Amino acid sequence: MNLLASVRHGAKSFAWFMRGVMGEDAYDKYKAHHEAHDESIHDPDAAACSGPVMMTEREFWRDQTDRQDINPQGRCC
Amino acid sequence: MGTKPRTPHDSAKRGEELDRDPLLLPVALDQTTHDAEEAHWTPLKIGIWGGISLLGGLSWVMLAVVRGETVNAIWFVFAAVCTYLIGYRFYSNYIQKHLLHPDDRRATPAEYKADGKDFAATDRRVLFGHHFAAIAGAGPLVGPVLAAQMGYLPGTIWIIVGVVLAGAVQDYMVLFFSMRRGGRSLGQMARDELGKVGGTAALVATLAIMVIIVAILALVVVNALADSPWGVFSVSMTIPIALFMGVYLRFFRPGRVTEVSIIGFILLLAAIIGGGMIADTEWGSTFFAIEPLPLAIGIIVYGFVAAILPVWLLLAPRDYLSTFMKIGTIGMLAIAIIIVRPEISAPAASEFVNGGGPVVSGSLFPFLFVTIACGALSGFHALIASGTTPKLIEKERQTRFIGYGGMLMESFVAIMALVAALSIDRGIYFAMNSSPALTGGTVEGAVTFVNSLGLTGVNLTPEMLTETAKNVGEETIVSRTGGAPTLSVGLANIMHQLVGGSGMMAFWYHFAIMFEALFILTAVDAGTRVARFMLQDSLGNFFPKFKNTSWRPGAWVTTGIMVAAWGAVLVMGVTDPLGGINTLFPLFGIANQLLAAIALAVCLAIVAKRGLFTYLWVVALPLTFAAVVTIYASFLKIFSTVPAVGYFAQNRAFSNALDEGLTSFGTAKTVEAMEAVVRNTMVQGVLSILFVVLAIIVMVTAVQATWKSYKSRSFGTNEDDAVASQMFAPSGFVATPEEKKLAARWDTQIAQAKLDKAGRTTRR
Repeated sequence: MNLLASVRHGAKSFAWFMRGVMGEDAYDKYKAHHEAHDESIHDPDAAACSGPVMMTEREFWRDQTDRQDINPQGRCC
Repeated sequence: MGTKPRTPHDSAKRGEELDRDPLLLPVALDQTTHDAEEAHWTPLKIGIWGGISLLGGLSWVMLAVVRGETVNAIWFVFAAVCTYLIGYRFYSNYIQKHLLHPDDRRATPAEYKADGKDFAATDRRVLFGHHFAAIAGAGPLVGPVLAAQMGYLPGTIWIIVGVVLAGAVQDYMVLFFSMRRGGRSLGQMARDELGKVGGTAALVATLAIMVIIVAILALVVVNALADSPWGVFSVSMTIPIALFMGVYLRFFRPGRVTEVSIIGFILLLAAIIGGGMIADTEWGSTFFAIEPLPLAIGIIVYGFVAAILPVWLLLAPRDYLSTFMKIGTIGMLAIAIIIVRPEISAPAASEFVNGGGPVVSGSLFPFLFVTIACGALSGFHALIASGTTPKLIEKERQTRFIGYGGMLMESFVAIMALVAALSIDRGIYFAMNSSPALTGGTVEGAVTFVNSLGLTGVNLTPEMLTETAKNVGEETIVSRTGGAPTLSVGLANIMHQLVGGSGMMAFWYHFAIMFEALFILTAVDAGTRVARFMLQDSLGNFFPKFKNTSWRPGAWVTTGIMVAAWGAVLVMGVTDPLGGINTLFPLFGIANQLLAAIALAVCLAIVAKRGLFTYLWVVALPLTFAAVVTIYASFLKIFSTVPAVGYFAQNRAFSNALDEGLTSFGTAKTVEAMEAVVRNTMVQGVLSILFVVLAIIVMVTAVQATWKSYKSRSFGTNEDDAVASQMFAPSGFVATPEEKKLAARWDTQIAQAKLDKAGRTTRR
């Protein structure tokens, strides 16, 4: 690996890490989960826990903060 | 993830097989493979660990034995990092092997309860960042600063040794046990393990402790911002910035979290720079110079409004901003300390080891151990470790890296805060941290007071104070108690040597103030919300309507009650004629450590239920220490006859003075001030009694539960049933060679499956 490639790799890993820590990948994870469960739609368990219809990106982010409204999490001191 | 075989599994017995899907690759490495990898000591590995031990040992010698005129900050960094590495590699491994027995063949809640939202498997390195951002706040930054009055060594030893043997152990165990219970909260675990009495006491204690912690954090902010036009302006600008970010995320660009955080960060920098300009103007310096009491009322009103606003508008965006700042600033400070390597001239153990210090009253034992809570042992973490994190863990073995490792990281933050506080001149340190009751709030008063302390090597001049105040862009730095301003001066002192020179000191100072205020306001808002839900849940037992958390009047009433509770303590601290922070901060530390004792007591009962009596000492050691320290500290606060230490002794002294018809006593110059002292000390004393009684109830019930398990030798478990995992992921930060091999096989299989799926869709 030459220098440029390793710098690029490092920057990419850093961006991936920050995205994850900030929680920006939440919708991607939700989508991946939902798609994986679409295949096993015959499994009532899986269908029940992800809900029948996949939310759009906008709906998902609204739902996410609305869930935080009814389930608050403490921040440490 | 098609079918979910459920097999009852008693975790106390090892070696029981979970049915393995024969079509699947292995989801875990065998225990023998782990053991073999661990026991395989190559010369390189021996060399590395030998080097770490030598460097760590040398650093401790430099700190504890050599004690020249000055000591270089780099030794703190080496002593900490080497000790953490050794503690992590050996002690946390010991706990994993003998107490917790993680089993990667079992699915975690993130797998078997996966919903893509609250339960979602998260990469271990990302989750480490998440967890760290959730546990690290203002606590590890403020406590070590106040404890610096005892000298550098006691605080350093407690932060580093304490985290390895106590704090990280608590976080790791609570995280693991909560994960095994589907992410159940500490309160629920207490009820399950300790029964109704212990569980209820734990719940009430948690609620009371939450109130006191929020109040004292708010007091730190008030002390940092009072009469500081620059600080008030830039910190209040965070509100419109957060509102803007919230609207942006809700309506314009949902989900663009990093983007909006960068925009917010730039606006924040603009607010800091703008604050400097505004503080320079005539109107700005009068309009934004707010006295402590009005500022406290402002924060109380803010706390109420913020806690009833929807999360998306204020809390969520400020949380993003705070995470962004936290990771950035802590990383930056670590780099700066390593490059600048400040010399520290404070003594190893100061004149105040036996008490009498102006910053926090009381002697080293037990008060050092309650002053530094976060960073060494923090009960509040148990609430986080039994909150979001256990619902996101991919594999059981990762709890060690995230729980134990995450806490080590926080401890490192505390060490950096200690170094930053110690890097400033000792005279300035005491002038900043002695209450206005002692310094009179004036430069001359501070100089006279500090020089009268008779500290070796301290010769404070008025110029030093005015010069520093001018450099950091403040009117005065005298009696800026609470720790945050001192840390900010320390941070500015270190950072300006790296970036910007002395012209940038004011910027760095206000950057640090902003950084701390941001955490604290988020903690205040989130703490109020959590407390409100706990209160609603309890009130719901008597008035069922309160159970419905979306019933608006109920939400407002309970939020109002919680805000009034912490607001009252805050106002008490702000108006306290004795100085506020030095009397209230011990209460904060005691509350936090009592929560730790409660969490460890629950862990003790669980470990006993698993039948692991030989290794019970791992939990019993930190539990006993936390119990002794907090109960003894509470005892002194309640029964000490020294007025500076005992709340009731102080109360008696002032009541007697009032009875004798005196109109001024000690630092209280009026009858009203004397009455305030009588009132405040009574409230503080009663709170101390409440906390300690509740914690003792919890500990007694835990010991009873442990004894019961020992006597009856019947070991049950409240864990969820074991579910077979269908995925693999490495456990530590860096995958081991064997883990890498297995991970590569999984990667190939997943890639193949994707290819197959793509093929199927095109054929359709």
